[in-house]
Amino acid sequence: MALEAVHMPAADATSASPRAPRPVTTESPLVKWLLTAVALAFLAFFLFLPLVAVFAEAFRNGLDAYFAALVEPDALAAIWLTLIVAAISVPLNLVFGLAAAWAIAKHDFKGKSLLLTLIDLPFSVSPVIAGLVFVLLFGAQGYLQPLVAWTGIKIVFAIPGIVLATVFVTLPFVARELIPLMQEQGTGDEEAAVSLGANGWQTFWRVTLPNVKWALLYGVLLCNARAMGEFGAVSVISGKIRGFTNTMPLQIEILYNEYAFSAAFAVSTLLAGLAFVTLGIKAVLEARYAGDIAATGRGRH
Amino acid sequence: MTQALAFKRPSVIPGFGIAFGFTLFYLGAIVLIPLAALILRAAGVGFAEFLTLATDPRVTGALKLSFGASFAAAAINVVFGFLVAWVLVRYDFPGRRLVDAAIDLPFALPTAVAGIALTTLYAPNGWIGSLFTASGPLGFLFGESGLKIAYTPLGIVVALTFVSLPFVVRTVQPVLEEVDIELEQAAATLGANRWQTITRVVLPAIVPALLTGFALALARAVGEYGSVIFIAGNIPYVSEIAPLLIVIRLEEFNYAGATAVAAMMLGISFIMLLVINLIQAWSRRRFGHGA
Repeated sequence: MALEAVHMPAADATSASPRAPRPVTTESPLVKWLLTAVALAFLAFFLFLPLVAVFAEAFRNGLDAYFAALVEPDALAAIWLTLIVAAISVPLNLVFGLAAAWAIAKHDFKGKSLLLTLIDLPFSVSPVIAGLVFVLLFGAQGYLQPLVAWTGIKIVFAIPGIVLATVFVTLPFVARELIPLMQEQGTGDEEAAVSLGANGWQTFWRVTLPNVKWALLYGVLLCNARAMGEFGAVSVISGKIRGFTNTMPLQIEILYNEYAFSAAFAVSTLLAGLAFVTLGIKAVLEARYAGDIAATGRGRH
Repeated sequence: MTQALAFKRPSVIPGFGIAFGFTLFYLGAIVLIPLAALILRAAGVGFAEFLTLATDPRVTGALKLSFGASFAAAAINVVFGFLVAWVLVRYDFPGRRLVDAAIDLPFALPTAVAGIALTTLYAPNGWIGSLFTASGPLGFLFGESGLKIAYTPLGIVVALTFVSLPFVVRTVQPVLEEVDIELEQAAATLGANRWQTITRVVLPAIVPALLTGFALALARAVGEYGSVIFIAGNIPYVSEIAPLLIVIRLEEFNYAGATAVAAMMLGISFIMLLVINLIQAWSRRRFGHGA
């Protein structure tokens, strides 16, 4: 570790005697060991054991029961619907993230910080409220009910509602990854491209996009994980019609409430697998392209 | 003078109009108009009736539980999140990188999955829950009947601690990496022992980051629904959280009731975040730059 390396020379300088005194900027080995043990025990109770439990419960009744639970028609319908919803909502928020980042990071205008706050708003609204607002708009007594009746497109208790609620909840992910990075990169590259005769589209496609591609992938990844796993918002608006409006998280709830525990955990392993893949790619991206992902290191969510 | 008054600073980079227009349109259609519908509906209820709905004992009980449990979970995460960040930044141990990557698990693992896994673990017959029952090895610490975690408010705190775990670690970690080791050496040279150096030199530098992490964890925990409903037991007045009450009111087609709970939640969250922002501004002045 870099920090250890920094004060190693100091320790070496005093190590003429066989028992060198411990550097002043670290703790005794016993304290170190104890703190590490407490931290790992905390993580074990709250992070690692729950994950182990998912797989232990899923395979409790054997491999055959596990696969039978996954190919059951309602489970397949739920997996299919989850994929469709993510395939619609993630690209929408990808385009939004790019447009918002282009306007905010590459231009100067008044009210920018207000706009940034509004983009973050979905993070501080309960997912249940996110579902509720669309019921209030499009439901039986909703403000836009006439529009629903006129077009004949069912929104509440149907796929469009599930997509809307998912888009609401996952809206900030791509934008929040792109904006700080593009702000730090500045406008020099784009100004050079324009002055050399590139039009706006060429500038975006050949200059800006290559500069942010890893951060974009990172944002899409997080957005997708949340879109596929969203529960609260979707559960309010979907109506939970088995085989039709049940996504994977809702299917897990129904199976669990029917005491079909190992089937619920079998479907859960798919989403846990998605989480592993997401975290794995994230770790690789952070290790290899740290400077190309976030302007100020990590930790922006 | 004209530039100062203009809405936008002129730039050679094209595409502002379409990008800005699309951003506003999208944000308006997805977030602002729907949220406005909620406020409109709450206002349409009328003040007297809104007050009756919002001060219903079941509603106030759920709100107290939601904010109380979230506060407890965020406080647990401030203590242990700091410890985890410290261990990850300052010490080296086998598997450190793996543990570091796993911190983000609650962001990536769907809440329904976390909910059923935690319930299975902390139920009286689960791996962890059984440790605390009357006959379990740790049960005697909690009196005759042991400690029941799942299906009580304690279970809610466990679930909320899980979902808000990464926030404190991830806000404190980068700040801790930046803390200048020379300051600690100077403190030691001047005769401070290690404990004094940490509490008087290192800790003040990361107080703003701890507060930011606390605020983020609290905001996330208050709205949480998926992981809580499995472990909570959901008994009205005892272990029923506010988001669940919204769902119950909606299932009764009581839209006014659902809207009242939602409006109260949004209002309290807003006031709370405002207060935390003020404390943060104060701590930044008091402790210098941090987060």
